[in-house]
Amino acid sequence: MEAHAWIFFTLTVAALAVLVLWAGSLKGRDPFDQTVYDDTIVKVGVGVSMFWGIVGFLVGLIVALQLAFPNIFYFDQIGWLNFGRIRPLHTSAVIFAFGGNVLISTSFYVVQRTNRARLAGGLWPWFVFLGYNMFIVLAATGYLMGVTQSKEYAEPEWYIDLWLTIVWVAYLLVFLGTIWKRKESHIYVANWFYLSFIVTIAMLHIVNNLTIPVSLTGSKSYQLFGGVQDALTQWWYGHNAVGFFLTTGFLAIMYYFIPKRVNRPVYSYRLSIVHFWSLIFIYIWAGPHHLHYTALPQWAQTLGMTFSVMLWMPSWGGMINGVMTLSGAWDRLRTDPVVRMMVVALAFYGMSTFEGPLMSVRTVNSLSHYTEWGIAHVHSGSMGWVGFISFGALYCSTQWLWKRKSLYSLALVEWHFWLATLGILFYIVAMYFAGILEGLMWRAYNEYGFLEYSFIETVEAKHVSYVIRAVGGGMFLTGALIMAYNLIRTALGHGEAAEGEVTSSAPAALQPAE
Amino acid sequence: MYETLSRFAQTWGFGFFMLMFAVAVAYALWPSNKSKFQAAARVPLDEGDPTDE
Amino acid sequence: MGIMNKHETLERHSLALTIGILLVVAVGGLVEIAPLFYLENTIEKVEGMRPYTPLELEGRNIYIREGCYVCHSQMVRPLRDEVERYGHYSLAAESMYDHPFQWGSKRTGPDLARVGGKYSDSWHVDHLKKPQSMVPESVMPPYAFLADNKLHFDDIEAHLKTLRFEGVPYTDDMIANAKSDLMAQADPNSDYDAQDAFVARYVAAAGRDNTVRIADYDGNPDEITELDALIAYLQMTGTLVDFSTYEADDLDNRR
Repeated sequence: MEAHAWIFFTLTVAALAVLVLWAGSLKGRDPFDQTVYDDTIVKVGVGVSMFWGIVGFLVGLIVALQLAFPNIFYFDQIGWLNFGRIRPLHTSAVIFAFGGNVLISTSFYVVQRTNRARLAGGLWPWFVFLGYNMFIVLAATGYLMGVTQSKEYAEPEWYIDLWLTIVWVAYLLVFLGTIWKRKESHIYVANWFYLSFIVTIAMLHIVNNLTIPVSLTGSKSYQLFGGVQDALTQWWYGHNAVGFFLTTGFLAIMYYFIPKRVNRPVYSYRLSIVHFWSLIFIYIWAGPHHLHYTALPQWAQTLGMTFSVMLWMPSWGGMINGVMTLSGAWDRLRTDPVVRMMVVALAFYGMSTFEGPLMSVRTVNSLSHYTEWGIAHVHSGSMGWVGFISFGALYCSTQWLWKRKSLYSLALVEWHFWLATLGILFYIVAMYFAGILEGLMWRAYNEYGFLEYSFIETVEAKHVSYVIRAVGGGMFLTGALIMAYNLIRTALGHGEAAEGEVTSSAPAALQPAE
Repeated sequence: MYETLSRFAQTWGFGFFMLMFAVAVAYALWPSNKSKFQAAARVPLDEGDPTDE
Repeated sequence: MGIMNKHETLERHSLALTIGILLVVAVGGLVEIAPLFYLENTIEKVEGMRPYTPLELEGRNIYIREGCYVCHSQMVRPLRDEVERYGHYSLAAESMYDHPFQWGSKRTGPDLARVGGKYSDSWHVDHLKKPQSMVPESVMPPYAFLADNKLHFDDIEAHLKTLRFEGVPYTDDMIANAKSDLMAQADPNSDYDAQDAFVARYVAAAGRDNTVRIADYDGNPDEITELDALIAYLQMTGTLVDFSTYEADDLDNRR
């Protein structure tokens, strides 16, 4: 905790120093000119998102290599590089650092443009953005030092949680404040999705992190709830973090960036409303499917399973709505790899939201749970859906924010697209194979009625899959590096991006006939 | 109490959902909302700026 | 039109939308989770459960610190192969003093709910220092540094007090003697009176003999290390409940 106090102190002082320098450079200029959008914060956010993405993918590759080659990638005396400490670093880096920054940046971009208003709150958006990244730094360094609650996706300890709560309330107020400045009565549906993400995450975060610190000067705390109550609270949180962080937040991106990129309104606005309410209602009930066959009472397991199966319907409704937005502009799939990326994201969304309900059926779950099948499932969802829709949004917003006619190189986007797509396929095929294999081996009996395999034989059987998985992850990371290069060159205005500035995202020649 | 609560969760949970769903569908399909939604769907297409009326 | 006007409000006024969202998402959680807080119906009646001893608690905290849950579950499901591989399926009662729970969600390594007593202390020492020395194909990381880290337990009373506040039945005696209990459990050659008093306290809480074990877990009598604590914890997991008296079919134990 002492180390964290120093990190917090140093970064705060640095932020204040920058603030003073910035205020000195104003020379009477109004820094919050209400007649223009605040794009600086979004530009910084795009860069920071890309940075954390690469960090998260790299740590993912390292943990994959540790499982594939334990004799090479582990070190006897360096505890903080062990799998148990850096796998939470990987999950938090990709979900909260990469995903979170993408969500905050794009929500700032979208809420201004769909409400025709500059971000509310003067410097508060910067507090939200920098404060959130402070949370990331504290959480990540904490894991390495062994500061963790060991609750999945809720690892940060009590004081880091408190800090996030403050930042999150400010985020909600900045977002709502911007909506309040709008002139039209209707709020565009993407904002509903962002709002549900912000509100629900606040609720989940607070309830799941109710904890009593041992002392106010130490990092250790004990969860208020124990045993089965803690388990259900945790998976109510864990499942809905997927629902409201990794789903509704990124659906908001879909509902803005796909229509904008192909310059057509969303296929059915009505469907988007039904999609929204049924999705958020059903999602919240489905958490107990993470606890099948456990000591959780059976009625709760059944309820969780029922709602999980129902969840399939709104998920596919949303997917169809996104894909059909392209109707009449299908050629964009061929000509614009960014559009293709976002549509493939929806395909992965459709796939994993079909698979999720399937896995929540008790009999299927008895095979899939605890195995690599779960790892395959979350990665088809996270790399395929969250990753690709985020990449699409980052490509679009870089081009639009720096007012470029095109990206630096569409050929490099093609490279990214194919490397990442193949990488995901390598990854998930290897993990589906490993998961089903080990699930079947665990329950295999020999002719005498004894268990056929010892546990370690099932570990050994996964070695080749682990290697292929690492290769897939490496390809995905390479694609992201290519993307970062492309974004930097685009922002600098090199190559195809150099052909003059444009104000509109869709050049006249590309506008479809109405 | 436990029995009551768990029975409530199992029955009313579903009933409440059906009601919610019906309200959302009715709102989405209500004829007088049609023009508003059509206008809303075009919101992302114009960049606009904060001075727009 | 009444209902339409309401919805109009809902969407025009963002605060109403915010509250609408909150209501919709709060309902599921409330209705689904709340019943489980009626503990007497959620947790079975069993004999043998007691709070963790101070040394086991410190060991459990190391288990938490190192993130063992990312690869090891502590939840044996009532499936034939799991019961044969790991032992009796896990009961809710067995984790009722776990803050937080550590059921886990992935088995990159085997389930640990009932690993207690399956291997010797020295096997655990060698295995934790270098897993591949005991199981060549293992993908588990090495934890040799635990043997060099002296266990810090100056504030152990505060830990027990915090847990008692959350409902774990630590007695005043247990809290007052936490330090001496911890030292007694890690050293068979320590003061015998302290050892007897320690065993008596926790056996009384369990209501059953042979639920407390004293040993030099890491084989290093010179100091109490983090390895001592972790092995003490691993060696007691899943050993407390007396399954000879557990009636799975008793109506009170049906969930």
